[in-house]
Amino acid sequence: MKKTSVLSKIYLLLVMLFLYVPIFVLIVFSFNTTKSHSHMSGFTFDWYVKLFHNELILSSLLNTIIVAVAASICATILGTAAAVGINSMKKLPKAITLNVNNIPIINPEIVTGVSMMLLFVFFAARMNFEFGFGTLIIAHITFNVPYVILNIMPKFRQMNPNIYEAAQDLGCSPAQAFFKVVLPEIMPGILSGLMMSFTFSLDDFVVSYFTNGSRAQTLPITIYSMTRRKISPEINALSTIIFIIVILVLVTKNIYERKTAVKKGVKL
Amino acid sequence: MKKYLSLFFAFVISAVTVCGCSHIEDDSPASEETGDANEEMTLSVDNPDYYKALYGQNITINVYNWGEYISDGSDGLLDVNAEFTKLTGIKVNYTTYATNEELYAKLKGGGSSYDVIIPSDYMISRMISEDMLEKIDFQNIPNVKNIMDKFKNAEYDPDMEYSVPYTWGTVGIIYDNTVVEEENIGWDILWNEDYAGRILMFDNPRDAFAIAQNLLGYSLNSEDPEELKRAAEKLTEQKKVVQAYVMDEIFDKMGAGEAIIAPYYAGDARTLMDEYDNLSFAIPDSGTNLFFDAMCVPKGAKNKRAAEMYINFMCEPDIAYSTTEYIGYSTPNRAAFDMLDEDERQDKIAYPDDGFLKEKTEVFKNLSNEANQQMQDLWTDMKSAEEQTQNRIIMPVFMLLCILLSVTVITRRHIKAKKDIF
Amino acid sequence: MKKLISAPYLVWMAVFVVVPLIMVAYFAFFANGHFTLDYVANVSQYANIFIRSIWLAAIATVICLIISYPVAVILTEADANYQGTLLMIVMLPMWMNFLLRTYAWMTILGNNGILNQLFGLFGLGPFKLLNTRGAVVLGMVYNYLPFMLLPIYNVMAKIDRSVLEAAQDLGCNRGRVIAKVVFPLSLPGVMSGITMVFVPAISTFIISRMLGGGGNLLIGDLIEMQFLGNSYNPNLGAAISLVLMIIVLLIMTLMNQFDADDRPLI
Repeated sequence: MKKTSVLSKIYLLLVMLFLYVPIFVLIVFSFNTTKSHSHMSGFTFDWYVKLFHNELILSSLLNTIIVAVAASICATILGTAAAVGINSMKKLPKAITLNVNNIPIINPEIVTGVSMMLLFVFFAARMNFEFGFGTLIIAHITFNVPYVILNIMPKFRQMNPNIYEAAQDLGCSPAQAFFKVVLPEIMPGILSGLMMSFTFSLDDFVVSYFTNGSRAQTLPITIYSMTRRKISPEINALSTIIFIIVILVLVTKNIYERKTAVKKGVKL
Repeated sequence: MKKYLSLFFAFVISAVTVCGCSHIEDDSPASEETGDANEEMTLSVDNPDYYKALYGQNITINVYNWGEYISDGSDGLLDVNAEFTKLTGIKVNYTTYATNEELYAKLKGGGSSYDVIIPSDYMISRMISEDMLEKIDFQNIPNVKNIMDKFKNAEYDPDMEYSVPYTWGTVGIIYDNTVVEEENIGWDILWNEDYAGRILMFDNPRDAFAIAQNLLGYSLNSEDPEELKRAAEKLTEQKKVVQAYVMDEIFDKMGAGEAIIAPYYAGDARTLMDEYDNLSFAIPDSGTNLFFDAMCVPKGAKNKRAAEMYINFMCEPDIAYSTTEYIGYSTPNRAAFDMLDEDERQDKIAYPDDGFLKEKTEVFKNLSNEANQQMQDLWTDMKSAEEQTQNRIIMPVFMLLCILLSVTVITRRHIKAKKDIF
Repeated sequence: MKKLISAPYLVWMAVFVVVPLIMVAYFAFFANGHFTLDYVANVSQYANIFIRSIWLAAIATVICLIISYPVAVILTEADANYQGTLLMIVMLPMWMNFLLRTYAWMTILGNNGILNQLFGLFGLGPFKLLNTRGAVVLGMVYNYLPFMLLPIYNVMAKIDRSVLEAAQDLGCNRGRVIAKVVFPLSLPGVMSGITMVFVPAISTFIISRMLGGGGNLLIGDLIEMQFLGNSYNPNLGAAISLVLMIIVLLIMTLMNQFDADDRPLI
């Protein structure tokens, strides 16, 4: 539309500084030879080496990935099926379902965590199971499903409702019609729902904190317990690595999206 | 710039691969700096056969311990959990808590089972009285012979059925000797306004109340509602000088000079003083708390036999020595005590004279349910109390905002309704 | 058949969303199987914590709005080719784990932290920055800023360019276009931004613990203390959660009054 003015550039720069300076401070002190986070006294990679030998962090990283993969896949399947069903509901049941669907999104995380903990405790005592991966994955699925559905519903609205019937008229069975016609239409919604669930699961602390028990420590929980003890710059090293991974993933995603957009001839 | 970046990535990638294919080494370069002088320790146990009983059964035990309360293999000492797994084939799922009350909440809340926990004296009595602990089969813990007699059959577990002593110590004040120049440091220094904003305080009710109670001349085990109330008032009064309520965070805050005075456990004080010359430790003349932490098996433990093996392992001389060396707390283990250097055995912070312990210290007892409940409530009240007088504009501004919002909502609705007519 | 396909989901939501909330209510009103109003009544004891939480969360929300609104305007005005990249750069820090981001501020704000060292160069300070309410608000702003920016940007990006051009043709300068056209049209985004910042801010317990020093309890801390912290009392914790839920519900209804269309999501 028009050129960004100098003033807005300065403003944007200041906001960026605010957002990035803390992260860069973390990164800089991950190379510090001493444990101080206010004075640089030398350059070392020791904390990275130590980090890669820290079994607790490695195992909780593995736990986090297991939980995130399991929860996001289950949530996506559950959510996709649900979205198909909700789409064909009548007005009132649809409204009620969508409102219930919003509860985990609107509710403060801590209330979600606490309420699920109460439920699990109630059943754990009666059915003799323990908190662990099971409870953690159930909790993660629960806060992920609503996002999957909210990602898919708009795709149904954009889709021409007649094509499903057209496919059937042309000889497809309902299942065939669904998999050949409907599914490709809503696929972008499913994928973004999957990605969203996966990242939410990776990053979740509050709900996991209340539902993980003793056996399934995820990375955020380990990080939390690290900040409550003697702090080791390993935490800074970990931040650096996470930051680099985040940059790589987002840049790849951005480039990929641009490429596909160019292919489709759409101007971003 | 690009060059450095690629260099860095190359490093990260190589680090990942190194860690992926090589077996994890016990020693890491970062600990070498401090541990140069020490030789690597190797573990020897009296009766290796005992530890083979559960070998190869793929058991994992859940150990729930205080933070910074076990030797992790740095400084040339033994990595306790790794050694245990190596010896017995039993994996250890090791998690930590910061206070006795947190441990209690986690157990009481249900849902997760632990095999070994390490509560303090009063919490052990409380757990015994609430039927939360399993009786330990002492047949399986031959190493109990290493425990000094004076630590056996303590008041919190008179018949020694539920617990095996792990460490003990006292509470005192850690301070920066370059800033604090008083000679006789008493608990009242924690209320001293000259040091406002540079004082840390316990983040758990029992230890915090004990300080106020001692200062007011009450027993640390007082159940008198009036006395508890006055202690809470004392603590509320302290809020304005306290920088933060913390537990193990003191290591960093005291080490980095963020704060200069903190009440904490003697063992951690020793660890800190080893590292920082400017820190000292004092136990006020008016007396203090003497505590014992002991290993217990909570009800619902899935692997009691393995838990007992772990407890026995913790009483091995080499292991107990590593523990006490690393965490700085005093050991009740005779064999480990004998392994210590002469000056460590003479260290009055870790091993005060019996006379002092008798006259100046008091062990926590489990309080009645009512007193426990009252202390909890008072603690929450204290923590939530306003440190400065409530900012008086808050309420009016808040109400104004609410009114403004409602007015906008109503006018918007009104306008919308009007629009809809057309 | 199509209706049946959503059955597993409906069962799931009933068991893991509705039932748990009923259990919170049950715990708030029943102790050992007996009905009691004690716990809910006891919550009023902590009115000051509620006021403090609402107050701090409100300040943080307003600051987020003030910071991110201009950013959203600048982003939408930027060259369309760079908008995506710019947005990604602004959002990138959000993908870091929020504990790590909060921890970063712990090291910056300390008495010997970088900020105070910087002040020291000019002969100022040291100021008490960490363990204050200001630090808590800062933590909230830093962590939840993207939640404000994104909904506003999303709504703004959808505004038809020709409407703006029409306004300009009719003699509005840039300021007036923003005030008279862009702002009213972006209101739904602002409203959802407000709820998306306010709700997590009012219920956080990590930020207040890490940056507030434990003396500035918020509702979240209070709830956490009753379940996994130093004063175990699940009934009281459930009662506090219930009150918190009602506050959030109230705010949502209030904000929903402004929402005409579907709320944009994240």
